[in-house]
Amino acid sequence: VNLYKFASPVTFYPLAGKMWPWFAVLAGVLAVAGLYLGLFVAPVDFQQGEVYRILYIHVPASVVGMFIYLVMAGYGVLALTLNTRLSAMMMEALAPTGALLTVLALWTGSLWGRPTWGTYWVWDARITSTLLLVFLYVGYLALTHAIEDKRRADKAGALLVIVSSINVPIIYFSVKWWNTLHQGSSVSLAGNAIASPAMRWGLLLMTLACWMYAIAMTLVRVRAVIREREHDAAWMAEVSRSK
Amino acid sequence: MMNWAEFFSMGGRGFYVWGSYGAFALAIAVEIMMLRARSRRASKLAKESSQ
Repeated sequence: VNLYKFASPVTFYPLAGKMWPWFAVLAGVLAVAGLYLGLFVAPVDFQQGEVYRILYIHVPASVVGMFIYLVMAGYGVLALTLNTRLSAMMMEALAPTGALLTVLALWTGSLWGRPTWGTYWVWDARITSTLLLVFLYVGYLALTHAIEDKRRADKAGALLVIVSSINVPIIYFSVKWWNTLHQGSSVSLAGNAIASPAMRWGLLLMTLACWMYAIAMTLVRVRAVIREREHDAAWMAEVSRSK
Repeated sequence: MMNWAEFFSMGGRGFYVWGSYGAFALAIAVEIMMLRARSRRASKLAKESSQ
């Protein structure tokens, strides 16, 4: 299989169109199963009470919000080294969903923190570096939209994301490197109710659902990006006419 | 049969739990609507250029 073929918008455009409904359906099914386990089957946490159920959306939003930035950095490397057109388009398509999920991670974390820690916000390492991630997403979008010349905008955006992607491992390891208020991985807390299978499965299914949702949104958005950027290309004219 | 009032109260933490789930659902709905609008605009642009 020639992977370069799929790096071309011309081949990827119809492929993305065929793929996104599957990811959307998968996201829906996984979310229904995950919510059922998380809200109805899983027992209450004996330390945190019912409020821990926020973690079923907080953890997926955080994990996928961070991961998307790494994926963008990967596409950034491809964009700068191989100069593939699709890479920059994928970056543009991924950023809004990544930004939204990271904002949701902060929002849900804040609503979890108030009853659990007694405060909506603390400037601890993990929370502060997650806020920085939101600014990086916004910064990437602002930068690429501010530069008129698309090729230069793509290059600048790719460079920004590659360099600043160091923030993602910082978020991840922050709970180990610094003495943060934010707890480490909840899943590993032995003796905690998180240890129950329904809880672990709920968390896992919700994370997968969030992942599938992000893929579906990205595929739909990259098609829009391709249409925007290639609207006067001959192949696009053909695609547009045939519809 | 489960007690729905008890379910929604979330042990007195309903504000926090549903404030989180509600915001999440709203955000997803808004993202889908905005993406729909963008897709339509992009289609229109491509269609106009093809004529």
